[in-house]
Amino acid sequence: MSALDSGVRRQVWRQGLSVGVATGAYGISFGALAVAAGLNVWQAQALSALMFTGGSQFAFVGIVGSGGLAAAPAAIAASSMLGIRNGLYALELTQLLGVHRLRRAAAAHLTIDESTAVAVSQQDERASRLGFWVTGLSVFVLWNLMTLVGALIGNALGDPKQWGLDAAACAAFTALLWPRLKSRDAVAIAIVAGVVAMVLSPALPAGLPVIVAAAAALLAWRAPKRSVEEAEA
Amino acid sequence: MTMWVAVLVAAGIAFALKLVGHLVPSTLLDEPHVKRVTAALPIALLAALVATQTFTGSDGGLVLDARAAAVGVAVVALLLRAPFIVVVVLGALTAALLRLAGWA
Repeated sequence: MSALDSGVRRQVWRQGLSVGVATGAYGISFGALAVAAGLNVWQAQALSALMFTGGSQFAFVGIVGSGGLAAAPAAIAASSMLGIRNGLYALELTQLLGVHRLRRAAAAHLTIDESTAVAVSQQDERASRLGFWVTGLSVFVLWNLMTLVGALIGNALGDPKQWGLDAAACAAFTALLWPRLKSRDAVAIAIVAGVVAMVLSPALPAGLPVIVAAAAALLAWRAPKRSVEEAEA
Repeated sequence: MTMWVAVLVAAGIAFALKLVGHLVPSTLLDEPHVKRVTAALPIALLAALVATQTFTGSDGGLVLDARAAAVGVAVVALLLRAPFIVVVVLGALTAALLRLAGWA
């Protein structure tokens, strides 16, 4: 196998690192929100190191933050459902990466939105592999570092509401949802899920309305083929 | 369940989901209906999270407060293509200032 062209190599490195820096930066908001939700610094850090998938982490702390430990099962269910998409990414990546044993486990751990996006957007298989590892590792390092910074800042801030940290969580979920609203079907599913969750909120314990509202995804069963797949970021 | 157990169980499931995708044959998800529903799942979950985190009070009842204004500002920022961290900071700032002013 010939070596990757040095220009391409440099380009992939730059792309992966810039995604790593941009994504890592918002680890600071995760850390702050996690301690505001009642986790300690180590628990926030454990989520970033071991769960390592942003959407699921935000969902977990969001639900625990509003429902406390009683809502933990709902928090686990929500974070797990959001994590299913990583398994779908993995299906695509595993052919591309061609790794086994320990490296395969490492690749699995680094299988997230960003590493997948950079890997699949390359023209050539070697560039894809490089892009996956550079992006995955740089996001991992910076995300964890920034989580620690955010958790320490969050701890020092005191009352999270005074600093608008509860509203920061709302803004974070909005920003995570936004790029997925690319089709009319996606918007319809989002509206149905949002309304269902709100209607159920006064009646059910915290966290559960989110899980029930996830059933709105079943609307996609009958959607025309392209519409929802386009929304898959 | 302690918080540590919840954290470790959730993290374990997240890793298992990633690993399973690397281990199972990829033909498993060729069924297009299943593919579409799994692609739509994050949309439904995130929308439900936006709704409940923004509009419910500590007792689960519906409320309209500084958080709704924060989401409004976040949407404007997203329309202007602001990066994630800027959107989050603007959301926090909006709510903090409204509360400081005693408006929400």
